[in-house]
Amino acid sequence: MSNMLLITLLLGLMAIAYQLGLVRSKGVAATTSGTGVKMHSRPTYHAMLVALWVGVPAALIFAVWSLFQPGIIESMVLAQLPPEMMPATENDVRILLRRIHNLSGGFGLIEEAAAYELNAARYMAELRSISQMLMIALMASVAATALVWTRKRIHPLLRARNQVEQAVRVLLVACSAVAILTTIGIVLSMIGEAMRFFSFVSPMDFFFGTTWNPRFSTVGTDGQTGFGMLPLLWGTMMIALIALAVAVPVGLMAAIFLSEYASDRVRAVAKPIIEVLAGIPTIVYGFFALITVGPFLANFGASLGLEIRATSAITAGLVMGIMIIPFISSLSDDIITQVPKSLRDGSLGLGATKSETIRKVVLPAALPGIVGAILLAASRAIGETMIVVLAAGNSPVLTANPFEAVSTMTVTIVNQLTGDLDFASPQSLVAFALGLTLFVITLLLNVVALVIVRKYREQYE
Amino acid sequence: MGQPSMNTLKVTLPESADSQALPQGNIKMSARDVKVFYGASEALHGINMDIYENEVVAFIGPSGCGKSTFLRCLNRMNDTIDSARVTGKVTLDDQDIYDPSLDVVQLRAQVGMVFQKPNPFPKSIFENIAYGPRLHGLVDNKTDLEEIVESSLRRAGLWNEVKDRLDAPGTGLSGGQQQRLCIARAIAVSPEVILMDEPCSALDPIATTIIEELIDELKGSYTIAIVTHNMQQAARVSDRTAFFHLGNLVELSATREIFTNPQDTRTEDYITGRFG
Amino acid sequence: MKTTNMMPEDQLDLAQKRDRMQQRVKASLKRRHAQEKRFKGMGMAAVVTALAFVTLLFFTILSKGLPAFWQATLTLQVYFDPEVIRIDPKPEKRSDESEGAFQQRYLAWQTQLGFVNFNRIILDSLAREIPEAPEYQRDALRLVTSGERFALRGLVEKDPSIIGQTLTLDLLADANVDVWMKGNIDRNLPDAQQQLSARTRAWVDELQARGVIKSKFSTALFMNPDSRSSLASAGLAGAFMGSLMMMLIVMFLAVPVGVASAIYLEEFAPKNKLTDLIEVNINNLAAVPSIVFGLLGASVFILWFKMPLSAPLVGGLVLSLMTLPTVIIATRSTLKAIPPSIRQAALGIGASKVQSVFHHVLPLAIPGILTGAILGVAQALGETAPLLLIGMSSFVASVPATPFEQSTALPVQIYLWQGNELRNFFEARTSAAIIVLLALMITLNALAIWLRKKFETRW
Repeated sequence: MSNMLLITLLLGLMAIAYQLGLVRSKGVAATTSGTGVKMHSRPTYHAMLVALWVGVPAALIFAVWSLFQPGIIESMVLAQLPPEMMPATENDVRILLRRIHNLSGGFGLIEEAAAYELNAARYMAELRSISQMLMIALMASVAATALVWTRKRIHPLLRARNQVEQAVRVLLVACSAVAILTTIGIVLSMIGEAMRFFSFVSPMDFFFGTTWNPRFSTVGTDGQTGFGMLPLLWGTMMIALIALAVAVPVGLMAAIFLSEYASDRVRAVAKPIIEVLAGIPTIVYGFFALITVGPFLANFGASLGLEIRATSAITAGLVMGIMIIPFISSLSDDIITQVPKSLRDGSLGLGATKSETIRKVVLPAALPGIVGAILLAASRAIGETMIVVLAAGNSPVLTANPFEAVSTMTVTIVNQLTGDLDFASPQSLVAFALGLTLFVITLLLNVVALVIVRKYREQYE
Repeated sequence: MGQPSMNTLKVTLPESADSQALPQGNIKMSARDVKVFYGASEALHGINMDIYENEVVAFIGPSGCGKSTFLRCLNRMNDTIDSARVTGKVTLDDQDIYDPSLDVVQLRAQVGMVFQKPNPFPKSIFENIAYGPRLHGLVDNKTDLEEIVESSLRRAGLWNEVKDRLDAPGTGLSGGQQQRLCIARAIAVSPEVILMDEPCSALDPIATTIIEELIDELKGSYTIAIVTHNMQQAARVSDRTAFFHLGNLVELSATREIFTNPQDTRTEDYITGRFG
Repeated sequence: MKTTNMMPEDQLDLAQKRDRMQQRVKASLKRRHAQEKRFKGMGMAAVVTALAFVTLLFFTILSKGLPAFWQATLTLQVYFDPEVIRIDPKPEKRSDESEGAFQQRYLAWQTQLGFVNFNRIILDSLAREIPEAPEYQRDALRLVTSGERFALRGLVEKDPSIIGQTLTLDLLADANVDVWMKGNIDRNLPDAQQQLSARTRAWVDELQARGVIKSKFSTALFMNPDSRSSLASAGLAGAFMGSLMMMLIVMFLAVPVGVASAIYLEEFAPKNKLTDLIEVNINNLAAVPSIVFGLLGASVFILWFKMPLSAPLVGGLVLSLMTLPTVIIATRSTLKAIPPSIRQAALGIGASKVQSVFHHVLPLAIPGILTGAILGVAQALGETAPLLLIGMSSFVASVPATPFEQSTALPVQIYLWQGNELRNFFEARTSAAIIVLLALMITLNALAIWLRKKFETRW
């Protein structure tokens, strides 16, 4: 019986339980209607409670069983293998298990199967069907018991509604926990893998090394392997700075113009168009950088006698700046419109021109908020991946020349983790150390920015 | 003289003001048939008024009667509201302030404004006062600027309270001090007329008294128009009082006159508290 | 108190001072208005710059991508020669036979069909247009993209009765033919640098002049999975299916969980340190770089839970976690906008807290929640980086049938195609794929805007 079918059956059973509970509680309500005892909860709540009792424990059994069944069965199969056939390495065990799985599932193998494998496959299939039957029996009996018990329990004084609502609350809390679990998951997995990396390479070499050259050879045997993060950090910072240098003036001035000068019609057209830039996937920007901006900059540089590489820090930074413009402009717009009108009036009433009011009163008042917005934008630029993968040129060197190819932390994470996923080598694990660093940097920027922005909002509330 | 509007026919013509036993000077500002539209709706229905040099004129009336709207016409602050449109004629020293050739920047330097809620800039006390003079290029050096700041603060009666902390933020002052700071800020550019839009409505009684005394001191050198919903305040500070109702100027006469012997029943109803 | 009017000389002083000030104000006007104009001009320039970037981006993509929807196609008389296609009749399921046995027979028949030399059929068809084609088989076969022989095989498999018939069929030309026809390669390059032989090139020009090869709207881009052997027929079907599955997973995971958690935080949670922490945590999670979610997926789902690489299931899970904060934040702001009076009214007539939320608040919030959900899904649809880290950058030549199979996704397909060596063909095809992706995203966003407009309530 497939899992899908089982879940459908369970849902059906819950529906039946609901109906049974509904009928019964209506009956109870009818018998008590004259006696002066009022039902605490409406029949639907009693019915829901019955359905929950039938469904939830059975579903829990199903979940726990499905989680542990494969592992237990695999170890049982391995235990009965002839000892001489037991593979030596963990990897071979995996391959063998895969073959047995395929055999028992009737998929067939590319090569002939050995007799012991066929035996094991048969045993596995047998175990599986036994386990499946046991599970269904257990689920059925739990559900049936729950049905009988809860149905009998229906009573005018039973606080069914409160119990159902309690269940709803538990569900809601569980859902809110997912966000927390995600953060914990990120932190733990990164720290775990990064620690494994630091067992190969010392943190000093990683954080302060100036050579990035992770050879895919055996570790430590040749001295040219370098896991120094600085060139990547430098590349990241350089591109982010270029991006901000493009996005901050354009985004800020655009926000000012649209909120203070533009007519309603212009604003209604221009604002959504600029915000379109925010919705475009970054891979599209990367492609745009690669085929349009890069060659343009290279030609432009050549006409000036400058040597600009098509894929370089400036290309990636410029395009990333375009990507961030709407981010800066819509955040600044929010912040500028939050500056109270009374301040503007005060300045205009003194005879200041509009631009004087904006430059000398509105912007200074909005400064903290704008700084927060820029920090948020910076964190986004630092974490951006696809544009730099395509347009930065992937050359991990320490250079101050923005017209040269560079590499960033995100690019390197992608490079180290695509292709073979071998989680045992420092070449792969370094991605997690980089990811952790990236996470910490962006987290700090975000926290500071959010605190600043929040303080700013409170000031004008 | 402009067309007297129907509603204001009886008592509000400037001629009627002449009959009052008041020290009359030159006409500083005058309004003729001023109408204000917000979008399609007409908020002011043709106001005629003359304001004399160095007098204090108070605008009273129930909320939404157009008194603040009219005040804001006098230094074109209604320009900052996109939907507002002003017709009619307003003059300052016989010059039409809505004339395209007149620079609104210059107008507002001559006709200053103090708002309902104290609105010091989030800068130091010194910088708040220095803001206007710096904008308009009124000073050439730091000494001149310091002098203006000091004299403005003195005029506003704030100097002794803040002279030791000119670098402290203006927003850190108490409400009444903030409002006096705003008055000092307006004085710093040497305006001829000061418009005050319910300057005490956000203040406690003591701070209100101080501001009222300040207005009294200023009136010898500045023409002041003050909007208030507090009739006692109008009675205390103003030479003449104008009563607005539903976008009309109902009555304008000497303050004592209007409170003791109102000509219009609406004025009477209002000051006796029958509506408000 | 007493009115202290000024002495006449003071009055005179003041008047002089005012005059002086007015002069100064007047003197400053010209400079200040010029400054005002400059400032406004800078603002306008910024807006124009931003708009220019949008225009340039769309212009580049559209001008490069649109031609790729039309591909060089040969219209040929194809004779399904029984001499070449020597196969048994297609097996029919007999009533006395088990499903397994029938499958076995069918498989054998398919194998037989697999040995048929469909290149021969194509060559024969070409020979009708180019008599010398059989002599130069290699050159002739470069005209038609290699995937078309499988298309012919598919036709026969579907309906063996066409054997012996002559059909007029549209066959996709080779990618290099397309490049040559569209002028995407310099025609004056020496032979050694050309991708097609001189003879093939001459044939293409001749066939084009005779109307045998034409640029026709091609469905290959939409109907086929990716291909490396037959570049001209490489399509987005596999990537589209992968993306669709991931979007469904996001919709069924991130949206309900996000909405539930927003409801809890906004309506039920006590205001304390812990909920403060959750709030900060969600805001930060929304700003965590997407690639970090990829690392999380690689480490947790792939390494610990041993889930399959490149599977839409894993991709969907990673994207769900990534979209979750977006959904939560959108839902919370919608719930915040609903006035407390609604809740108080419900509580006032004796509804429980849960009832007031689910019966009264939530129905009002649904348009806002839907808008947020759609925007979240659209954001997930365009995400590339985290998918690369869970193995989705590998080449997959089939359309996935289940979320457990290897698959790719639209943005990843774009990434893979832009790196293809046949640049002058794939630059356009990548742009076309981008157009498809953007069209999907614009549709989703338009849907969200429409929903918001339709159900917008002002409190």
